[in-house]
Order: sequence, then structure tokens, then C-alpha cells
Amino acid sequence: MANFFNNKARAAAVAATNGASSAKGAALKESQNLQPWVEKYRPKSLNDVTAQDHTITVLQRTLQASNLPHMLFYGPPGTGKTSTILALAKELYGPEMFRTRVLELNASDERGISIVREKVKDFARMQLSNPPPLYKDRYPCPPYKIIILDEADSMTQDAQSALRRTMETYSKITRFCLICNYVTRIIDPLASRCSKFRFKMLDQGNAKMRLEDIAQNENIKLQDGAVDKLIKCSEGDLRKAITFLQSAARLVGAVKTSRSISNVNSKKRGHENDEDEDAMEVDGIDESMVTIKSIEEIAGVIPNNVIDGLLHAMQPRSKGAVYEAVAKQVTDLVADGWSATQVVTQLYQKIVYDDAISNRQKNKIVMQFSDVDKRLVDGADEHLTILDLALQISGVLAET
Amino acid sequence: MALLVDKYRPRSLEALTYHEDLSERLKSLAQSGDFPHLLVYGPSGAGKKTRIVATLRELYGPGVEKIKIDSRVFQTTSNRKLEFNIVASVYHLEITPSDVGNFDRVVIQDLLKEVAQTQQVDQSARQRFKVVVINEADHLTRDAQAALRRTMEKYSPNMRLILLANSTANIIAPIRSRTLLVRVAAPTESDICTVLKKVGAQEGWAEAEGLNRRIAKDSARNLRRALLMFEAVHAQNEKVTDKTLVPPPDWEALVAQIADEIMAEHTPARLLQVRAKLYDLLSHCIPPTTVLKTLTFKLIPKIDDALKADVIKWSAFYEHRIRMGSVSDFRISTFSTDEVF
Ligand SMILES: Nc1ncnc2c1ncn2[C@@H]1O[C@H](COP(=O)(O)OP(=O)(O)O)[C@@H](O)[C@H]1O
Ligand SMILES: Nc1ncnc2c1ncn2[C@@H]1O[C@H](COP(=O)(O)OP(=O)(O)O)[C@@H](O)[C@H]1O
Ligand SMILES: [Mg+2]
Ligand SMILES: [Mg+2]
Repeated sequence: MANFFNNKARAAAVAATNGASSAKGAALKESQNLQPWVEKYRPKSLNDVTAQDHTITVLQRTLQASNLPHMLFYGPPGTGKTSTILALAKELYGPEMFRTRVLELNASDERGISIVREKVKDFARMQLSNPPPLYKDRYPCPPYKIIILDEADSMTQDAQSALRRTMETYSKITRFCLICNYVTRIIDPLASRCSKFRFKMLDQGNAKMRLEDIAQNENIKLQDGAVDKLIKCSEGDLRKAITFLQSAARLVGAVKTSRSISNVNSKKRGHENDEDEDAMEVDGIDESMVTIKSIEEIAGVIPNNVIDGLLHAMQPRSKGAVYEAVAKQVTDLVADGWSATQVVTQLYQKIVYDDAISNRQKNKIVMQFSDVDKRLVDGADEHLTILDLALQISGVLAET
Repeated sequence: MALLVDKYRPRSLEALTYHEDLSERLKSLAQSGDFPHLLVYGPSGAGKKTRIVATLRELYGPGVEKIKIDSRVFQTTSNRKLEFNIVASVYHLEITPSDVGNFDRVVIQDLLKEVAQTQQVDQSARQRFKVVVINEADHLTRDAQAALRRTMEKYSPNMRLILLANSTANIIAPIRSRTLLVRVAAPTESDICTVLKKVGAQEGWAEAEGLNRRIAKDSARNLRRALLMFEAVHAQNEKVTDKTLVPPPDWEALVAQIADEIMAEHTPARLLQVRAKLYDLLSHCIPPTTVLKTLTFKLIPKIDDALKADVIKWSAFYEHRIRMGSVSDFRISTFSTDEVF
């Protein structure tokens, strides 16, 4: 096989390997309904966008006037920026005109501004196609196109100034929507041309409702507290929360199907596996339920008892005993594959909220943490770094 | 003659020992028809690669084991030509982008775009998608990761990614949030003993349980390391007993010697000797971090309890310096100097 992508050669190779057995190859599995939930549950209209009331009200007003300004959406990840502009564009142009009127670009796309400019130019120059008869009764179809530049804050300053000229050149027939996390990274000449819309971190209540709706729609059973755990693990990023939920559901769902298959098989073999059914339900948690534990595992969260074990080892005792205990805990943490950043985050949480530690000690400890954060970002060895942190904290705890 | 690590590498999910629940999950995922992108992480020698190869087999059947190495040429924006090796079966391909250092973005971008755009040629393939396994994903540059992110965002029914990494620390958040995180903990010492026992039996070697336990401990829960030591011990001894010495790798023996010398005599002359030995190690391509860590952990049992935290502190300090690109031989010597005074 000289070339992996040479289809003919590969097809021949396959025919050779599979030969007679090719008949048994199952039909390709349909992946239409296996779409990521983040896409499946992306708000379809402006009304579906939750928790951004002010922004949505203003946008709805502009929608009625059909005269859009250039726009700048900013705010943390997973708060609905991309969804909002897509929904807005859909309401403006409807499904049939969407393709010819809306261009979505990643501003940080590798080849940089020259490609962006090229694409914008080509797109802007394309003649405005006319909407089909009666279409305009349903969708306003204003006479301009929309260009969405996602991740605009990762563009260089130069690229941004170049973009400014592009915006000017085509301003009659296009509207730009820039999307970014940090508005301060957009140069002023660009930002000042846009109406700015801030997207807030979703509040607990709204995020919770959204996740519960999805779970219900997907027939997912959730353990009490699982949604709160999802929100906590995803730090207000709804995309992350939805992805975690889908992963967790996949695992239980997957296990469920394969278990039931193997159950059927064992029944066929005439086994006396009856008590299996009863064994499924333990502590009110059945196997098909998304549990707090499974969410933690997916999010890479370290179980509390593991962090407590480390904290316990750090408590003041004789120096030799402390070293032995801490070194063992850290060695295990590292061998178990927990990420150092996660260890640091969780340890920090525990210590900051520990009333038994004086403020003076906490101040010292916080310094250690910020030092360690930087080292880890620089790619320092995780084992040595955590061991050092734990021993230093332990030293501070021993001071009286 | 194949090494034990290759000869007895389990090939199917059923054959995997330890972490049974994880094997079960992978199996379910492979059978569900809803296979997500994966980020598989855990320490070296934990069995990540083995588990993934077994998962691929579960996905596609034994055809996935027929692999070829394909050499491809990529062109950078500055028109430099890069040669790059791809390990591929008809169903999957495996790449190690860190092989091309800072040019990894080009490779990722071009290659993945091609895969995402081509359909499975094997009409009878069990999966519609092809899998791309990316080794050492934690060594990918930010640029390459950004390119990867966009490929993942533009959901392609033709492709799934499996990223392998020792740690998630250097993986950017958008990638982490688009993959299913799979943690592979290192096997416990007793897991390792079970593997050694099985492998030994298959080789027809007499078992020395105490010896196996020592190997498991010395391996620091790294199964690859344990198997290599196990093989070395049996190669060097006609008959093994619980007391047979397990020879450490040469370089490790040298580090142990250095630790002894540092402890025995604190003179400038001795320091120069130590320095020469360290230099020797580094010139034999043992990574400076490995040398520093090994030296640290060899020194620890020899020093006063009151000093242990400080030794770790300086060791961590200098290791960070090494990462920041200072001359490593010099750093380690400074470390050993600080150690003494
Ligand atoms: N305000 C919101 N209302 C409803 N769903 C949201 C909201 N914010 C995020 N989501 C959900 O999270 C996913 C990611 O949102 P997206 O608009 O891509 O976020 P952003 O562009 O701000 O990073 C969406 O598919 C949607 O399911
Ligand atoms: N589940 C297992 N049971 C028995 N041996 C294993 C298992 N997993 C890995 N090994 C052995 O350990 C060696 C190292 O595993 P590998 O998958 O290469 O680790 P990693 O990718 O985590 O560095 C392999 O060569 C194989 O022989
Ligand atoms: Mg977005
Ligand atoms: Mg490996």
C-alpha cells in the first residue's frame, strides 16, 4: 500500500485481506443520530438562548428593524455566543438562503489574514441571490451578507488592522460578527466599529434547567446531585457540561447494552443467573444511571478520599514520618495518572476553606501555589513539583 | 528473538489483564456504534498503547493488525520538505507528530483534513469512520493543538481521534472538552506480579515470587520496565531465586554511584569527579530530568530527615530551570553542590 489515501490501491488491499469473509462485514452503522449533543441541542432560535436576556432583547429589536450593525460578541466559552449568531442568521435568512448569505470563519485559521481576506472577498463579491417568491414573507432577508469571525481574539494585531480595511471595503454589502473571549484583545479601531454584546457566565439555575431538559429528552436517569456535579466540574461552561453528560451517558448506555446482550447469551446457555437482576440495584443506584462518580471520572476529578489522604500525610509529625507518608501518597497519585493541575486545584480548594489553618499560614501557602502553577505551565516534572508543594505546605502547617 | 514486552503484549480486550472495568468500558464503547474521540492518559508503561490497539481490534477485527509503514512528504509554508512516517492499516493510522518538532501543525492539518474527507474504502468495514491515533499528544505544539481543535469542531463522520499522553496538563482545554478522557492508572505492584508470573510460566521459567515482587517494586509500577528487568534477570542467571540481584540499567547504576560519592566526601576534587560522571550520562542521551530525579531519589534515603524537604525543593527548582532551557549539566552539578553545603 504505497499510499494510504489512494483509494483504488486500498480497495484492492481490502479485497485481498477480507476475501471471503467480506460478506459478514456488518452494514455501516448509521451515525446520523449520533451527533454530538452540543450540536443537537444548540439553540435553534434566539428564544431558545437562555440566561442572556439583555443581549437577546436588543438583538431581537435589531432583527425587527432588519438593519444589523457590525457586532462584537464577547464572554467566557460555552455561554451561547456562536449559537446566538447562528440563530440570528437563521431567523434573518431562513434555511434556504442561509448558505449563500452567511460565512463562518475561524479567524485564527492557520494561513492567517491573507486567506481570511481572500475568502471574505470572494464571498462578499458573490452576487446576492434573490429569495424565492413568498420567502420574504417569512424571513426578512435583508440585502447584505453576514460574515462570522469566530475566535477573533487569537488574531494578531496586524491581522486585525488588515481586517479593518476589509470591513470598510465591503461595508455596504456585509455585516461582520466578531466573536471572542476577551474583548481587550481586539484592537480599538476594530472594536469601536462594532456594537458590543457581553455574554455572561450561565447562572446555576439556568444551566441546571438546560441539562435536565437534555437528560429527559435523551431518557437519561441522573443520580441526585449529578447535575450539580456537572456544573461544578465544568466551571460554568455549558458546552463542557453537555459533553460530560453525553460521555457519562455513553458509558452507562454502552455498558447497559452490552450487559443485556451478555445476559441474553448466558440465559441461552441455560445459566441460573437469576440473582443477577437483583444485584443490579445497589444503594438506590442502578447501572443505567449517570452517577456523580462517573461524572467525576470523566472530568478527571480526583476522589475526595485521595486528596484527603494526601492532606492527612501532610499533617505535622516527626520530619521523617512526614516525608515517608507524603512521598508515598505523591508517588501513588502520579502512578495513578491524576493530572498535576487537578491535584493542585483540588488541594488549593481544601486548604483555602480549612478554618483550622491560620490566615498567616494561608498567605504563605498561597504563594507556594502560584509558584507551582507557573512551573507546571512551563512543563516542569509533575512528580517533583507536587512532592515539593506538598512538603512545603507541610512545613508551613508545622509552624506555630 | 522478540522481547518479552512484544511477545506477550495482549492483543485483544479480553486478553488484557488488570483494570477489567476499563476493558469492559472500552469494549462497550467499541460495540456501541457511538465511538467518541478519546484522550487516553497515564504514566509511561501503564499499558495505554496496548489497550488502544486492542480497542482498535475490537472496532475493526484482526485486519487492523496488518500494518504498513508509509513515508510521506509534507511541505511547510516556507517550502521546506518534511519526511514523516505513518503507521497505517486500511482502517486506521498512527502518527507521532512530535517527530517533526515545530512543524507538527502542518502534518496534523494536512493529514487530518485528508482523512476527514475520504471515506472508508473497505465497503464492508464495521465502522464508517477511520481512527487516527496520535502518540505523545502532550508534546504537540499549541499551534498543532489549535489545528486539531478545529478538525474536531467540524464534526466529521469519517474520523475519530485517539490521543495518547502521559498527562493532560499540556493539552489545551478545548481539546480536553471535546474528548472522552480515559485515565489509565499504572498497574499496582501485585498486578505486575500477576503478569510476570504468567509470562514466566509461558517461557517455562521457574518462579521466584520474592524476586518478582522486588522487580515490581523497583519498576515503580511501570510494566514495560518490569518486563525488561524480568527478562534481563533471567537472561543473566541460569537459575533465579528470591535472592537473585536485579541489575539496574547501567545509567541507573552510575547515578547510584554518584549519590554515594556525593555523600562520602564533600571536597572540590570530588565535586569535579561527580561533574564528569554527570556529563558522561548526559552525553549518552539520558534526559537531564531523568538523571536529576533519579539522583534525588537515590540521595533521599541517605540524608538526614530534616533535610529531605529542602533537597526536594532544590531538585524541583533546578528541574524547572532545566525545562526553561538552561545548560543542564551545569544545573545538575549546581544541584549536587547545594546538596552538600
Ligand atoms: N445561553 C445558552 N442557552 C442555551 N444553550 C447554550 C447557551 N450557552 C451555551 N449553550 C449550549 O452550549 C453549547 C455551546 O454553546 P456556544 O454557543 O457554542 O458557546 P460559545 O460560542 O459561547 O463558546 C451549545 O450547543 C448549547 O447547547
Ligand atoms: N493489560 C496488560 N496485560 C499484560 N501486559 C500488558 C498489559 N498492558 C501492557 N502490557 C505490557 O506492558 C508493556 C507496556 O505497555 P504499553 O501499552 O506500551 O504502555 P504505555 O503505552 O502506557 O507506555 C507492553 O509492551 C505489554 O507487553
Ligand atoms: Mg463559539
Ligand atoms: Mg508508550
